[in-house]
Amino acid sequence: MTRPIATFINVGERTNVTGSARFRKLITAGDYPAAVEVARQQVENGAQIIDVNMDEGMLDGAEAMTTFLNLIAAEPDIARVPVMIDSSKWEVIEAGLKCVQGKAVVNSISMKEGEESFLEQARACLAYGAAVVVMAFDEDGQADIASRKIEICQRAYRLLTEEVGFPPEDIIFDPNIFAVATGIEEHNNYAVDFIEAAKEIRRICPGCHISGGLSNVSFSFRGNEPVRRAMHSVFLYHAIPAGMDMGIVNAGQLDIYDEIEPELRDMVEDVILNRREDSTERLVDFAEQFRGQKGKTAEKDTKWRDAPVAKRLEHALINGITEFIVEDTEEARQAAERPLHVIEGPLMDGMNVVGDLFGSGKMFLPQVVKSARVMKAAVAHLEPFMEKEKEEMGLVGQSKGKVLMATVKGDVHDIGKNIVGVVLACNGYEIVDLGVMVPAETILDTAVEQGCDMIGLSGLITPSLDEMVYVAREMERLEMDMPLLIGGATTSPAHTAVKIEPGFKRGPVIHVSDASRAVGVVSGLMNEEERPIVWETAKARYQRMREAREGGPPQKRLPIAEARQKAFQTETASADAPSFTGVQTFEDFDLAEVARYIDWSPYFASWDLAGRYPQILEDEVVGEAASSLWADTQAMMQQIVGQQWFAPKAVIGFWKASRKGDDIVLETGDTLHTLRQQMIKTNERPNFALSDFIAPDAEDHFGAFCVTAGDEAEVRAKAFEEAGDDYSAIMVKALADRFAEAMAEYMHMRVRTDLWGYASDETLSNDELIKEAYRGIRPAPGYPAQPDHTEKETIFKLLEAEERIGVGLTTSFAMYPAASVSGLYFAHPESAYFAVGRIERDQVADYAARKGWDMRTAERWLAPILNYDPMAVEGEVA
Amino acid sequence: MTRAERIAALKAAAKERILVFDGSWGALIQRMGLEEKDYRGERFTEAAYPGQMKGNNDILCLTRPDIVADIHNQYFAVGADISETNTFSATTIAQADYDLDPQSVRDISYEGAKTGRRVADEWTAKTPDKPRFLAGSIGPLNKMLSMSSDVNDPGAREVTFDQVYDAYRMQVEALYEGGVDLYIIETITDTLNCKAAIKAVKDLEAEGQEALPIWISGTITDRSGRTLSGQTVEAFWNSVRHAEPFAIGLNCALGADLMRPHIAELARIADTHVAAFPNAGLPNEMGEYDETPEQTAGHIQEWASSGLLNLVGGCCGTTPDHIDAIAKAADQPTRTVPGRPRAMRLSGLEPFELAS
Repeated sequence: MTRPIATFINVGERTNVTGSARFRKLITAGDYPAAVEVARQQVENGAQIIDVNMDEGMLDGAEAMTTFLNLIAAEPDIARVPVMIDSSKWEVIEAGLKCVQGKAVVNSISMKEGEESFLEQARACLAYGAAVVVMAFDEDGQADIASRKIEICQRAYRLLTEEVGFPPEDIIFDPNIFAVATGIEEHNNYAVDFIEAAKEIRRICPGCHISGGLSNVSFSFRGNEPVRRAMHSVFLYHAIPAGMDMGIVNAGQLDIYDEIEPELRDMVEDVILNRREDSTERLVDFAEQFRGQKGKTAEKDTKWRDAPVAKRLEHALINGITEFIVEDTEEARQAAERPLHVIEGPLMDGMNVVGDLFGSGKMFLPQVVKSARVMKAAVAHLEPFMEKEKEEMGLVGQSKGKVLMATVKGDVHDIGKNIVGVVLACNGYEIVDLGVMVPAETILDTAVEQGCDMIGLSGLITPSLDEMVYVAREMERLEMDMPLLIGGATTSPAHTAVKIEPGFKRGPVIHVSDASRAVGVVSGLMNEEERPIVWETAKARYQRMREAREGGPPQKRLPIAEARQKAFQTETASADAPSFTGVQTFEDFDLAEVARYIDWSPYFASWDLAGRYPQILEDEVVGEAASSLWADTQAMMQQIVGQQWFAPKAVIGFWKASRKGDDIVLETGDTLHTLRQQMIKTNERPNFALSDFIAPDAEDHFGAFCVTAGDEAEVRAKAFEEAGDDYSAIMVKALADRFAEAMAEYMHMRVRTDLWGYASDETLSNDELIKEAYRGIRPAPGYPAQPDHTEKETIFKLLEAEERIGVGLTTSFAMYPAASVSGLYFAHPESAYFAVGRIERDQVADYAARKGWDMRTAERWLAPILNYDPMAVEGEVA
Repeated sequence: MTRAERIAALKAAAKERILVFDGSWGALIQRMGLEEKDYRGERFTEAAYPGQMKGNNDILCLTRPDIVADIHNQYFAVGADISETNTFSATTIAQADYDLDPQSVRDISYEGAKTGRRVADEWTAKTPDKPRFLAGSIGPLNKMLSMSSDVNDPGAREVTFDQVYDAYRMQVEALYEGGVDLYIIETITDTLNCKAAIKAVKDLEAEGQEALPIWISGTITDRSGRTLSGQTVEAFWNSVRHAEPFAIGLNCALGADLMRPHIAELARIADTHVAAFPNAGLPNEMGEYDETPEQTAGHIQEWASSGLLNLVGGCCGTTPDHIDAIAKAADQPTRTVPGRPRAMRLSGLEPFELAS
């Protein structure tokens, strides 16, 4: 069962005597059975809440409300959705509240009659257990301009939350949508007033919702449907990002924004946004040609709807269209002998086409994830039938295989894992997803308990590699023989060959480089005949890789003493002192401003789409997929920015610092350790360590930062997942990662131009930023210039990152929330990024002594950059 | 201890450990083989109250308080932290079956609470480090507000909201005056009836009556996972969340094995304590419950170690032996009450959510 979670809730208004002439006739004639059918149709057509209104002069409203609500309570198809009890009379509302067992919405209360009755009614709503719509209406009348709307709503919010104890999340403000383009000049700004007020009310009344009756806005174009539809769409297009998340909207009275005739759309936009003095006149003139027409969305390409049901399902799967999936699936189910046959037949056929297109590079990951969303909706429809069948016949459902997926302990990154999970799931495999930070014991116990056919491990940070080695060894110890799949950004065939495979001999270990390979590998391993071949091939490959590695000697390195002689080592301070020393927290960012600093190319890469932005949108191969992803991304970005989905934070510190050998000593007494390049350079370039960019005499400065997009993305992603929408779940996480990176870029700019201020006259374009054409660097521990992740511990302690902005470290020094970035600031004009590269035992021993580690600990944390095999050296010593 | 101190102690204890509730009352009363005259006592003569009184267990609060005290004692003796009053059906609507006058109905709740108060205080004096609490039992009605009373007229109802409200309001007042520490609105088959009871409590509080913790316990009637009035567990929780209850839970109808998924669901979604008192399995062909204390406790042991529970007891078919075994099985860390992302959560028969 999927739960309706969405960001705009359309309230059905067919059961409203003031909104529907038909319903009014039925109720006044006492034809309640027919009236109940109106409600049923409305729910069947997707209304998530139904508004019931009996405000008709000829009716006893309370009695009609009671009768109707009692009747629909007896209809499970209707009663499954919440009711909005709509009346301008309190006694009618109260009569309605006495009939609903669910939690309803009262529409509406206001301060029209003053505070006393407002408070009394609000208390009653709370005692009955209902949410409320509050009209922006006070003793002086209905609010028209933005400032009045805001003032009234804020006053009502305070009264409700402070005097009544009303939960903010159960308050829905209706700041009044009024007609525009009426010919009266004062009305021209009404839509803008609503939109601006919505945005401000959401900001100053945290937790609340915004609703409105849409049809009012186009009132002056009665009888001109095409123009009204365009006005509704344009209005919502701007109001939803501003925070309007509910509304009474006739879905039949809406066009798709992008499909509105461009000239009309422009003129409507002029009217809604009040952009020109003459916008009303221009629209009125232009509108004449549409009068009497019905609107044009019907012309949308619907030819595919005429095809047989199997073809329609295939079309929906390939094109990611959920609109008709339930009715088509139902049709297929009725024609099939068993519901399972629908899955095995037309749905799997459709997904096989998707799989083929994906395999041959004609479809791309974002499209496949959308297909999976359609597939999920179809399967969700069939599940109850299959359950019922199972109960009746004692049958057990089948899947092509069961794959356990987990991000290993210490690591919180799961975008890649989720993508692989979705791709496998839509190819018919059952996925047991244990999430992130999963200890080895949980992974292995669950795999056995649930009878999984194989285990897939994922990780992004380098310490995860060791955890994977541990999981593999545990599998060997526990005599498990199921295949083990390895994936994630830092994993590699070489690491799998050298470190993981030697520890696990009972079953196949396969490195899966990206999502598109996952299906091939898994299906090969599930097939009895193919499995030995897949295994042997992999074994042979890893054997060759190990031999190649062992065969060629590691490249010679300089002894650390010699490398230090070739150091860069500045003698002059980096820059003038920063504007402060110590630590400062930054919050309340303007998301739109931060978004300007996003580097989009890695975002496309996270969807396996290779290419630079914006050229990628025009790319011959992936352009179409990239553009479609881009459109969806922009839509989500609008919500993220408009509704402030994320709450990014930053903490920045500057300290007086001096170089001591390869370390940096701070005025606080803390020491940051750095590693030096030991490669033999044929040119004159120095052998760098980060400490080189700090002067030795305690007059220099150094900074550190941690930024995060916050943990809101996780909550959003979870909600999307629960609603069966993995596509949006992955997208919101990928965007949170981009925001975190953008925050790092944005704060660095502020550090350069202001907070440290050594480049106060800098003006750079975003492209130049991405190319890092500025002075100073911000290297992060765990990356090439300082590959030791454990240095984050010192930085986090100095920054008080957990206390100040809620970013913590796992045992493997991954940051959580995952959408976070941390690093160091160096301002020296010569400072530059470099890669430490592989290092020798002499530097490891020296580093271990400086860190207070034993050799084994040092070799564990530095494993990825050792230029020698610690096991072999140990053997020699013994 | 004053009532305020007892409430504070109850809340503190719930933070520390899984609290144990009592078991079935019906099973123990039935075992005693009481006669019509036991039920009637001296107050309820056949002349004034014709018809059968046998089976009206609640009236024993007035006519055989010794039996009521004895059952409280039996459950406190095996380690129950909370015992409930014998007032499951002590409302004017439920007692209409016995033609009881309103004053007598009110007296049942009042005297039942006084008896329970006395016994609980005696136990608290005996074991001061384990204070005992008294929950005022507010049971369901045989007349429902969400269900039609006439197959030919889906809109028909036997009672109105106001009648249900008045009946519960009288009981809540009497229980309060008799000295209960908390209310338990239990075995809820129709959420609208429950909402009337909640409103009665909230209105009395608004009028100045001291606020007591509320424990709301619904009943999932069968494997469909719905209440009798058709709601899913989450829809039910959304419907009563405004009561800001001390505990939300389920009881009756199901044994522990079939109740588990629904309790697990509540444990996931409820940002308050979670409580369960399942039946001793399902009745056999003879209508008897034959799940042993060890079997019931085995389930509870697993629930507790899975972090699903804050309060646990037994319903139909459970005895002091069951509660003894349950108390031992529940001697484990209590569930951590989770926070939830802020959202407007409405419901019909199914839940609805709109994130803030």
